[in-house]
Amino acid sequence: MMATRAGSVRGRTDTDGPVQVTCEVLARRREGAYWLLSIAAPTIAERARPGQFVNIAVEAPGTLLRRPFSIARVSKRGMAAGTVEVVFDAHGPGTAWLTSVDVHDVVDVVGPLGTPFPIPQRKVSCLLIGGGYGVAPLFFLADELTRKGLRVDMIVGAASQDRILNAIEAKRLTASVTFTTDDGSYGVHGRVTDAFDEVVDRCGSGVVYACGPNPMLRAVSERCRERSIPVQVAVEEHMACGIGVCFTCTLPLRQKDGSVRMKRACLDGPVFNGGRIAWEETRFEVGPPIVVDDDEEELPEPPRPTDADVWGDA
Amino acid sequence: MSEVRRIERTDAQAPRGAEGPPQPAVDLTTDLAGVALDNPILTASGCFAAGAEMDRFYDVTELGAIVVKSVTPEPREGLPTPRMAETPSGMLNAIGLQNPGIDAWLEHDLPWLQRKGAKVVASIAGKSVEDFREVARKLRRHAGIVAIEVNLSCPNVDHRGLVFACSARDSSEVITAVRRESDVPILAKLTSDVTDIVAIARAVVDAGADGLTLINTVLGMTIDPETGRPGLYNTYGGLSGPAIRPIAVRNVHQVHQALPEVPILGCGGARTVGDVVQFLRAGASAVSVGTATFVDPFIGPTLIAELTRWLADRDIDRVADLIGTVEPWS
Ligand SMILES: Cc1cc2nc3c(=O)[nH]c(=O)nc-3n(C[C@H](O)[C@H](O)[C@H](O)COP(=O)(O)O)c2cc1C
Repeated sequence: MMATRAGSVRGRTDTDGPVQVTCEVLARRREGAYWLLSIAAPTIAERARPGQFVNIAVEAPGTLLRRPFSIARVSKRGMAAGTVEVVFDAHGPGTAWLTSVDVHDVVDVVGPLGTPFPIPQRKVSCLLIGGGYGVAPLFFLADELTRKGLRVDMIVGAASQDRILNAIEAKRLTASVTFTTDDGSYGVHGRVTDAFDEVVDRCGSGVVYACGPNPMLRAVSERCRERSIPVQVAVEEHMACGIGVCFTCTLPLRQKDGSVRMKRACLDGPVFNGGRIAWEETRFEVGPPIVVDDDEEELPEPPRPTDADVWGDA
Repeated sequence: MSEVRRIERTDAQAPRGAEGPPQPAVDLTTDLAGVALDNPILTASGCFAAGAEMDRFYDVTELGAIVVKSVTPEPREGLPTPRMAETPSGMLNAIGLQNPGIDAWLEHDLPWLQRKGAKVVASIAGKSVEDFREVARKLRRHAGIVAIEVNLSCPNVDHRGLVFACSARDSSEVITAVRRESDVPILAKLTSDVTDIVAIARAVVDAGADGLTLINTVLGMTIDPETGRPGLYNTYGGLSGPAIRPIAVRNVHQVHQALPEVPILGCGGARTVGDVVQFLRAGASAVSVGTATFVDPFIGPTLIAELTRWLADRDIDRVADLIGTVEPWS
């Protein structure tokens, strides 16, 4: 692999599916407490939709596998056309290596991968909730929703003020943004869910999108269920391949018949209906049984805009 | 389905390995236990899902054959996460054989492969001899299935959970049962986690295996030094990737030396054309590529192209001439 020259593209020409590209690094810089990597990847930029991710080869000692990153922004037109940006936290050898790449270096990238956020089929006020660097793909989404003429509000949560990703961008892209910090150093003192009711009531939010750590996604999904608001979440699971073949990045999804199926975050996700993730069953922590026999537990039918109304599917 | 094409490069740089004069024709065909293959590059079970997932990238019929993810009698959802832990030059996995079950596989996955015209090696797994027998029976008389690979690295519930592949007797029982049911060549996939791989190999061949796949993953474990928790939910898992390649090559060589007439599908850590040649020289008739696909989705077509070039550069006309060619030091 070890690509040294930029510009190679492998893959199918006549689909919006993933390609493997070698691309030049255009920028690598700090973004608050995080890092931003901007690469020249026209084919990926052209095909990418909010919620999808790219899988980047890293060459850190002791690593083998690619690292997945949500797409934070793409430029399809204008001066910067063909660029793709990702935001990451340097918390392991792979991401640490990525902080050391230089402008003009070449990285090997596969993408766009995974499912995008579904876009509402009707006019509805959208609430985007991000935790930590999980806000990144929501910027891309906010842009698209705004372009469709939809109202976008945001709740941005972080452990502390310095871990809020690009507050200015959040404000620029939304009708309103509410910040929460665990330590109270900025905005509401508490979790994103502590601001949830106030924002939903004030903004008349009809759908929710969320991205961040699993406990946050679970809490947001449960809040949405209480208030009968359709919710889509983008999960971050550990993955080996990112392309649907290894079955390591699975999570439990409740099917319409009540059974729980392990779905691949890289292929069936990373965007899932938050109301369908079997957080409580949790195959995250407990072993078999495989199929859950719960006739008693039916998801309450939302009286407000249903999933079918909003996304055009059930 | 869309046409496969390499998108032309957007700048003047030629892709690595594509410079130079056009390649002369070399013969990549190989025979694996009576199955004629256009080239010796196959997938490894569990590393290529059902095939269609990878067809998003390229036409998967370019490969010698597709070894699909192991199928069991019933659908299985597998183990909870974490199912994967990265290690130096490798990874551990414990998936728990998540698969749709033989009925759904025959209904949804096989027809797609048949429509593509792919050569399919069906990998089967089970927790009892009866499980293997049932899956093998259902695989009879289906177009496109050129061989069955028997994944013997499964715990045998009738033998206190001992892995079939660790017992010559248990392995032979499975192979005998599958042999009776099957109408295509069968490959017994063995583990290196045994005292004497040759003894197991001999036993399964005597029981009717037409060939061997060497090797499955090597059992391993990681522990988070801080939390004290195992890296995998299942505590132990299978090590794969470049880290195990020397172990795999050794197994292929050992078995080929002892049983030179038995066809071998080499498997374990292959990533470069040099690795492929090592497996062939050690005695493999073809090579399954697994974990390398996770790093490079195009590894299969790349290896086919590079193998062609490797042979041409050395004026070797036929890849088959390389099989079992380890030169002695003295
Ligand atoms: C994620 C994963 C899943 C696997 N699943 C199976 C399986 O279902 N059946 C099987 O026989 N081998 C399975 N294997 C083992 C591979 O087929 C192969 O024997 C092993 O990974 C060594 O080859 P490699 O280093 O090229 O990956 C799996 C390996 C991995 C990494």
